[in-house]
Amino acid sequence: MSERKLFAHELEARLDEVLLLSLRQRSAEGPAALLEALPRAMQERVLHWAGVAAQTSDDLGWLIASLAAEQAAGLGPRLDDWVRAGLDAYDRSGLAATRRALNEFAEAHRTSSRHSREGIAFTAIEGRLSRFLHALDGRPLKLVSGPRAWTDSETLWLPERLEVAADAPGNRRLYKGIAALLWAQTRFGSFNIDPEPELERWPDREAALAWMAVFEAMRLEACIARELPGLALEIAGLRGPWPPELAAAADKLAQAQATAADSLACMAEIRTVGAGDTPTFPHIGAIDPIAARRVRAARIARELAVVRRALNVIAATDTKAGAADNPDYPPLAAEAGMQAVDPQADLQGDLSALPPAAREAAKSLIQDLGEIPPEALHPAGPGAWQPVAGVEESGVVSVTTRPDAFYDEWDYRRGSWRHGWCHLYEMKAPVGDHDWVDEVRTRHAHLIRSIRRRFEALRGEDKPQRRQFDGEEIDLDAQVEARADRKSGAEPSPRLFIHRRRIERSLAVMFMVDMSGSTKGWVNDAERESLVLLCEAIEALGDSYAIYGFSGWTRTHCDIYPVKRFADRYDAATRGRIAGIEARDYTRMGVAVRHLSGLLVRQNTRHKLLVTLSDGRPDDYGDEYRGRYGIEDTRRALLEAREKGIRSYCVTIDRHGADYLPQLYGPAHYSVIDDAKKLPQKIAEIYRKLTG
Amino acid sequence: MNTANPTRRADVRAELHAPATPLVRLASEPYYHATGDELAVFEAAARSCLPVMLKGPTGCGKTRFVEHMAWRLKRPLVTVACHDDLTTADLVGRYLIVGDETVWMDGPLAAAVRAGAICYLDEIVEARKDTTVVIHPLTDSRRALPVEKHGEYIEAPHDFMLVISYNPGYQSVLKEMKPSTRQRFVALDFDYPDAEAEARIVAHEGGVDAATAAKLVKLGGLTRKLKGAGLDEGAGTRLLVHAAQLIASGMAPEIACIAAIARPLADEADTRDALDDLIRAVF
Repeated sequence: MSERKLFAHELEARLDEVLLLSLRQRSAEGPAALLEALPRAMQERVLHWAGVAAQTSDDLGWLIASLAAEQAAGLGPRLDDWVRAGLDAYDRSGLAATRRALNEFAEAHRTSSRHSREGIAFTAIEGRLSRFLHALDGRPLKLVSGPRAWTDSETLWLPERLEVAADAPGNRRLYKGIAALLWAQTRFGSFNIDPEPELERWPDREAALAWMAVFEAMRLEACIARELPGLALEIAGLRGPWPPELAAAADKLAQAQATAADSLACMAEIRTVGAGDTPTFPHIGAIDPIAARRVRAARIARELAVVRRALNVIAATDTKAGAADNPDYPPLAAEAGMQAVDPQADLQGDLSALPPAAREAAKSLIQDLGEIPPEALHPAGPGAWQPVAGVEESGVVSVTTRPDAFYDEWDYRRGSWRHGWCHLYEMKAPVGDHDWVDEVRTRHAHLIRSIRRRFEALRGEDKPQRRQFDGEEIDLDAQVEARADRKSGAEPSPRLFIHRRRIERSLAVMFMVDMSGSTKGWVNDAERESLVLLCEAIEALGDSYAIYGFSGWTRTHCDIYPVKRFADRYDAATRGRIAGIEARDYTRMGVAVRHLSGLLVRQNTRHKLLVTLSDGRPDDYGDEYRGRYGIEDTRRALLEAREKGIRSYCVTIDRHGADYLPQLYGPAHYSVIDDAKKLPQKIAEIYRKLTG
Repeated sequence: MNTANPTRRADVRAELHAPATPLVRLASEPYYHATGDELAVFEAAARSCLPVMLKGPTGCGKTRFVEHMAWRLKRPLVTVACHDDLTTADLVGRYLIVGDETVWMDGPLAAAVRAGAICYLDEIVEARKDTTVVIHPLTDSRRALPVEKHGEYIEAPHDFMLVISYNPGYQSVLKEMKPSTRQRFVALDFDYPDAEAEARIVAHEGGVDAATAAKLVKLGGLTRKLKGAGLDEGAGTRLLVHAAQLIASGMAPEIACIAAIARPLADEADTRDALDDLIRAVF
């Protein structure tokens, strides 16, 4: 690339080309003029990203190009991260959010770049931190990134990036410190008291909340110190000594019996003497009692219902069982738990009468309220008993609308993941014509017989290995020989035993069947016939196998059809589902590979094999997945599968398969069948070679 | 040419195969801290000649419990660690060739039956399915071990007792025990002891003071919450004891815990780092 800067008219032409602006009657004159001042390398980066974004959406491309023109100079080497943050926001919540995210990012960058520091991004620490928080006591918290650090007592928001400390380890510690104090807010009851009466007395609510956060941080740090002294030391290191005028409050709040009420008392004190400027500490997140208490109230109502229902069920079953001599048993059992103020104080014994879900709810209630409220402990008696309902039922209803799973997708242009991008639904496989299977079996009766014969020879069984050093039985032939050798003066062999070794095939195979629209007609027939023959063959072998069809229509409708799960037998119902395989929509392969390899990896066999039956390259509605994007994503998914110990193989009837299959599956891991009609004849042989 | 050589070689081989004695008699009391009524149940089962199954996660004291009970009941103990290539012959016995003769060699199970010992089959689900079946006649009213190859039917004396263990935490279809096997046993559930008891165990076994032991137990509890969220299983009491022993031998607690707890538990970077964070948080 030449070093010469592009002139405005050249930039305009290039932007026009990648963004197809002339079609949309937009002009790149403005952005081009701004970009002219940048060095050539930077200009090229902007053009590149505009192109990438335009592949997702024209508007997005335009947004990136126009904002990049304004902000690229300030962003410098962080331009790539800036764009990625924007694309991520677009995936999550659309164009408006993208603009917001980009501006916030640039703003954050401007404030932090005044002093150049080694920052840490939230994504770099997310995995580690979420596991750390998960291990800590109390209710599990969801970890997400957001503009500021705070918690609503169920979700914990942390900034996208921290650049406060001078080095990366320092910023990492800071992330941990912020998260730990926010965790402590939910663990040690920051929201168990209504702060509004105190907050209302302050003229400036923002200042009041900031003071509340500081005093709570003092109290919570001491709470942490009692359970996790090492963590508290680290937090203390982040803040340095408290300012002298606050030292007295810090001492008071560090006492073991201090509660959130004491923090409010400290606020009242400082309000009366006249609060100066709020001190700011990097490790103290924001506090939002209104939002947190709303979430808390909803949770308490929900969990009370769960506990009460569980107690009702216990009461009812107890009465039914005729435990008349001990009618108080269920309430007593839970009341014992009620006295435990510390949620960790051995609840097991006290709440063990409750089913697991209710036990979790009860623990969570104790964390919120310090006890289980008395009204929950007195079940309405057997009259009010209802079969467990409500929660479970609502779960069933929502199944039809909520995807069964979300999968990340690999975007090679960004070099990063699109999180939770694909929505996967496990659909009910339709049942087809039973007669069709019978007809296929009759038509191929001869072939099936010969396949079975050949495959039975492969079946794993005890094979005695003769002439071993060690074994369960004596090898008489070897012994006779050894004796003869010795009599004749020759040195006899010491290998005198038979070892029975079970030659176990220990193989699980997942067949992933392309149900895209292009298979309609004879390709679909060939696939179904092949599956019937395969099933006959594998039944003879005794391998564990499953058949899943996949199809879909954009990333929000990725469907998987279980034709035969691993646990299903090859019976009439399964045969009906094989007959019912039909051509549907598109071939978004990556998500199918990820889902099915997840199922396959749970099989406890030594070898795991994923076989794809397909008629073409990965493809989906819209231009995006077709071409390199789909191939790269599928390749990535297959690589992930390989890391899990799954080997992949592809059987395709796409004559152009050799163009892209080596890249996806590796050089020797695919077969191209030039004529779909030959697939049924060849498939069993391919399988035999593959697993023999 | 040395014609005597083969015989000697066969002798050597026979020696190689003959374990000195699989029977262990425990001279001193193995430390065990009871957490429930397991001692009473086990003793009652022993009196009634019933086989016992111990269920529980790894490193929570199953093996130590059996050793303790063997000492308490004053019976010899035979322990077999089961693996996926364990054959019936490995348990029951086989013929060996010594010179020109065959010599029958009892396997650990047959030896235990003859001696009226406690036979402990550790992690029974790991053994081959067909192997598990040989214990069936020993676990019902027959209480006998047929040794077909040797043409023998060994009736178990009153003191013989069969104990098996398995870890229901491995959520695998293949590693589940068949009902026909399970339903022959008196079962005892093992879990990690409560914090106080576990701290006493760690202090005693690891030779550390009560405060350090309490911290190790706290750490153990935190890692157990990661089960299913990065870890297959949290740190067992055994790992905590290992860490305590390293600390007792003079290592800094953080380094000892990283070496004895964090590294054995996790390879994956995020989980490993999170464990390191937890260790630093506790100490």
